[in-house]
Amino acid sequence: MIEKERIMQVIFGAMEDVNSQLPPEQQLETSKETVLFGRSGKLDSLALVTLIVAIEEKLEEELEVKVTLADERAVSQRKSPFKTVETLTDYITSLLKEESNV
Amino acid sequence: MSKQHVMLITGTGKGIGKYLAEHYAGKGFKVIGCDIKPADYTLESYLHFCLDVSDETKVREMLGVIRKTYGQLDILINNAGIASMNHFLLTPLRTVKNVLNTNVAGTFLVCREASKVMQKNHYGRIVNFSTIAVPLKLEGEAIYVASKAAIVYLTQVLAKELGEFGITVNTIGPAPVKTDLIRSVPQEKIDNLIRRQAIHRFGEFRDISNVIDFFIRPESDFVTGQVIYLGGLS
Repeated sequence: MIEKERIMQVIFGAMEDVNSQLPPEQQLETSKETVLFGRSGKLDSLALVTLIVAIEEKLEEELEVKVTLADERAVSQRKSPFKTVETLTDYITSLLKEESNV
Repeated sequence: MSKQHVMLITGTGKGIGKYLAEHYAGKGFKVIGCDIKPADYTLESYLHFCLDVSDETKVREMLGVIRKTYGQLDILINNAGIASMNHFLLTPLRTVKNVLNTNVAGTFLVCREASKVMQKNHYGRIVNFSTIAVPLKLEGEAIYVASKAAIVYLTQVLAKELGEFGITVNTIGPAPVKTDLIRSVPQEKIDNLIRRQAIHRFGEFRDISNVIDFFIRPESDFVTGQVIYLGGLS
């Protein structure tokens, strides 16, 4: 089972990659409280898509797991799993846990 | 070319796909091809994957190899497709699912995974395949026409969604070309179809590469969401 901390580090790595393409005012702080999606988030929809793609890619490269983050289940949840780094980490952890139980 | 462009072509086992692999490898592109069958030819600067374009796992694996090996993908030619020619009343559901899977889901899937690689370099050219059977609303090909009409609208929506990533998406609609795809179509039907074109002849492979050459030029960065039908149909 992959630890939450490793998953969060992967998300931070993807955030740093995406930050390099963003103007300073849109760049994200690599903290678990950072808001990724919602009214108080800095990312526009395009940057959020880029970040999700970067996270999926890094999960595959660094942890050798293939996940699809933005499926029907993710977008239909009452509380979006993309709200903060922490909620996204929890969501990815739950996806991987389910996969390992299959 | 100042920099070698990396190109992925689907359906390179034979016919138009094989011709395009040869054409672009000959022009100095690094060509990656895929087909449900192994390639029965080799080319310098050509790498072949054996897969079904509607198999999500295999498509993701192929794009993963391209990303890790070349770090870029500049061009995608979504040529893989299957046809079904039969009266609507005699078309089995299995045929419907097969055609939609390969032509629509396959094109969607390869576009999605290829775009993920392209957007990293903020550059990409995607060319999808429709057919003149769409504007002709060709009878006897209901599900094939429906699948290729879907490609037109898929292209136009993707053009809008991918424009900000520096990726253009266009479609070519070839006229009948003498390949296995039309082998089972009666001659009379083909002759009738060609008579409905503005220019009354079969399409040639070069007609197709001519349009693709235009779509994939770096200078065509303001050309997206377009459909070019060959033979004078619209």
